[in-house]
Amino acid sequence: MAQVRDVSVKDVEEAIYKLALDAAYHIPEDVLEAEKKAYEREKSPVAKKVLETIFKNIEVSAQEEFPLCQDTGLAVIFLEVGQDVHFTDGYLVDAINRGVERAYKDGYLRKSTCHPLTRENYGNNLPAIVHTFVVPGDKVKIIFDAKGGGSESMSKVQMMKPADGRDGIVKTVVDWVIQAGPNPCPPVIVGVGIGGDFERAAVMAKHATLRKVGEPSPDPVLADMEREIYEKVNNSGIGPAGLGGLTTCLGVHIEMEPCHIATLPLGINIACHVNRHKEIVL
Amino acid sequence: MAEYKLTTPLTDDDIIKLKAGDMVYLSGVVYTARDAAHMRMIKALDEGKELPFDIKGQVIYYVGPSPARPGRPIGSAGPTTAYRMNPFAPRLIALGQKGMIGKGKMSDEVKQACMKYKACYFASIGGAAAVVGSAVKEAEIIAYPELGPEAVRRLVVEDMPLFVCYDSYGNDLYEMAKKEWAGKFSSTA
Repeated sequence: MAQVRDVSVKDVEEAIYKLALDAAYHIPEDVLEAEKKAYEREKSPVAKKVLETIFKNIEVSAQEEFPLCQDTGLAVIFLEVGQDVHFTDGYLVDAINRGVERAYKDGYLRKSTCHPLTRENYGNNLPAIVHTFVVPGDKVKIIFDAKGGGSESMSKVQMMKPADGRDGIVKTVVDWVIQAGPNPCPPVIVGVGIGGDFERAAVMAKHATLRKVGEPSPDPVLADMEREIYEKVNNSGIGPAGLGGLTTCLGVHIEMEPCHIATLPLGINIACHVNRHKEIVL
Repeated sequence: MAEYKLTTPLTDDDIIKLKAGDMVYLSGVVYTARDAAHMRMIKALDEGKELPFDIKGQVIYYVGPSPARPGRPIGSAGPTTAYRMNPFAPRLIALGQKGMIGKGKMSDEVKQACMKYKACYFASIGGAAAVVGSAVKEAEIIAYPELGPEAVRRLVVEDMPLFVCYDSYGNDLYEMAKKEWAGKFSSTA
């Protein structure tokens, strides 16, 4: 029988606290690398200027302690919990929320959660959105995604017809991203979830935005779809900040799961050009 | 594509020289407001009350800044997505508002109001929030403090870089730029 490993939720709280602060002020390396490559390839002078401003923003944020974006996002957490882990010292989700609340207060991050109808701001950026997956082993992997409202609003789940197939999916994604245009702060990372069911398509789409930028899917069929969407979106002309150019998206990442014979769920989630996410394994 | 330095409040003469694609370096007072503040301002107008500031010639920046660190006027302060203000902007433009600063597309009604009443929609770079925040000289909450990041603030800015997106002639920079660059990408280039 596998040994059960105790993990204190205090360590989870501390980890969340650090990840939230790091995400708000420091762009992921792979995102910056993709932007630098795009800059070299970019032909539009305005687009180059926009990308230079984005680079300057990354510097100012890290050096002068201004968050990368004023919208420091909802705290979205993907938690992969090894089935041999036993959490101690309190309730896990409370600890996560404490980590988020402290980071958003101490880090001068914007509190963006509100009552959906009265729009009253809760002033603490709570609750965090927590997606938990039980996996083999005795480790806890935490991915912290600071998800801004501008790119999140340019997302959707569409229940496609099975007959729409591969080409229907490619067209729907391309049309949707082009229609979103300048709104989600291009250059964007496009996350796509195919299959599963209604809610799994959405979760896969968001999770896909967190893959290393531009790394193709190991499934050659999906990698081919990613390439086609990537080229078509970048041929739209939208460009950085929507001001024209060759750099509208930095990467297209697709995840896929089996689905019901009557359905073809499709989720599309867009991440903006800072795509703030950080991870740790406890 | 021309470049202009302008100081608020703006006049009809300022607006009519601007064309979509021009760059403007804006200085002076701008007021912040986004969804919740706009809803309150429109409600005030419906009830025959005054707006929290004189809107004639003014520019509204669609932004909800992050909190200021001690000793600073403001935190990061990049533009929010502007289409959410589509229902409100035409009415305020009719009352004399001369400019909106935001990111992303706005509606045809907003474009028409810009033509009819001589106003401009200025696009700022979404996500360049630290750069803009560090360029704000003064910030003061003047209305709805309970809205937190959505409160109306009076900012003093200096040479804030903006792109004229919708001008007073019906031109749309996003559409123009897209047309110019469409079909030119090749992943092998």
